[in-house]
Amino acid sequence: MSRVPARVVVVGGGVGGTLAANLVSRELARDARVTVVDPTGMHVYQPGFLYVALGQASGRWLSRDERGLLRRDVDLVIDAAASIDRDGGTVRLESGASLAYDYLVLAPGARLVPEQVPGMSSGEAGPGAHHFYSLEGALRLREAIRRFRGGRIMVGVAGIPYKCPPAPIEFVLMLEEHLRRRGIRQKSEITFLSPLNRAFTVESASKLVQPIMERRGIGLQTFFNVETVDPSAGIVTSLEGEKAEYDLLVLVPPHRGQRVIEESGLGDAGGWLPTDRSTLQVDGCERVFAMGDATNLPISKSGSTAHFEAPVVASRIASMIRGTAPPSSYGGRVMCFLETGDRKATVLRFDYEHPPVPPAPSVMWHAAKWMFNRLYWATVPQGRIPDRAARKEEAR
Amino acid sequence: MSVMQVDREIDARGMPCPGPLMALIGAIREEPAGAVIAVLSSDAGSRTDIPAWTTKARQELLSVDEEEGYTKFVVRKAR
Repeated sequence: MSRVPARVVVVGGGVGGTLAANLVSRELARDARVTVVDPTGMHVYQPGFLYVALGQASGRWLSRDERGLLRRDVDLVIDAAASIDRDGGTVRLESGASLAYDYLVLAPGARLVPEQVPGMSSGEAGPGAHHFYSLEGALRLREAIRRFRGGRIMVGVAGIPYKCPPAPIEFVLMLEEHLRRRGIRQKSEITFLSPLNRAFTVESASKLVQPIMERRGIGLQTFFNVETVDPSAGIVTSLEGEKAEYDLLVLVPPHRGQRVIEESGLGDAGGWLPTDRSTLQVDGCERVFAMGDATNLPISKSGSTAHFEAPVVASRIASMIRGTAPPSSYGGRVMCFLETGDRKATVLRFDYEHPPVPPAPSVMWHAAKWMFNRLYWATVPQGRIPDRAARKEEAR
Repeated sequence: MSVMQVDREIDARGMPCPGPLMALIGAIREEPAGAVIAVLSSDAGSRTDIPAWTTKARQELLSVDEEEGYTKFVVRKAR
């Protein structure tokens, strides 16, 4: 007897949403009808922004048509999710249509809110602070770096949490190398403005990168929580009462949860989804799962996190539909590369219980990162790597 | 035991570093000068991070009390 397929709606066509949709569809075949809702229909490989900003890659390889990454039996609706009615089991779309679901996966990512810092997003001569957290931002920054001939560069983080925690450190180390290669390093001063009392959120990684920064003559100003930017004077101020003068300012913008989460009343004060750290169910909603940047989990907001979460979400939905025991839990597993410049990188592998123990930077990890960048499109969205990782996770 | 009027209490127990400090910084941004904010943290790093930050930021650390399984920090927003 054939049963009515369960309706699985996935909000967001990024790493987590795409992979979860493909895995549910592969696992359940005709027992589920999977629909992905995405506002652009384009899948963006965000780790590439860093390379674009530094002139090491063009923007072209960073986005692909989402349709081509989804299995043929997964539906794609190009529209923005406007609100979620948990009780009614529907997602209302901006076009006015709505989608009913039996199971909902929320993977809409995070939202950049530079407007939270006065002066950051606008100035008569352009942005008060540059960033590389969107393709447009990375392209503008690339042009600003190309025009830079020497002076003071300040690089900082304007709010925690933010996506891809190693990115600003990678940027500052790779920028130092870039200026050296252009022969203008001696005319430049680079300072990293950290909101914490160390360079990086993770202590072990800080211990690794701070001596490298010191050797390369990169300044570190700690406890600098950005308050305002004055683009005309070239001054950034902190909540702690300090001022830093700059000729070029690069700040990771503050992040919040997506509007659809906030407007549906599902988010916490930052707009993040309160999520069970093991099952990835949204608190109080048995059939609603969250992953990636959108959760409130105390773990990196990164593609890697979503990559390891998606198999857990997919297998849990499959087991609920089939009425079998839930097969796996998320243990907080994340793996991030950290580029240190000069064609070297290290790697941060950790979970909820085990902080990372990064190895000394090497050419091998840099090569591994580039191999991952190139293989991404043919592996991650289709679940060709995470199966192995998920099996390992289950065996732990 | 310190007895004082706390205007806002943040329960950051279970939050790993730097969560409790960032929660305090968020509250300092939102509350008016003079407000008293309590932060409960079970993260060992807070014991150094929070006093170091209040000194740097010229905020007033009124008390640090070791409780069962967590530390309670009380801070007055000085400016």
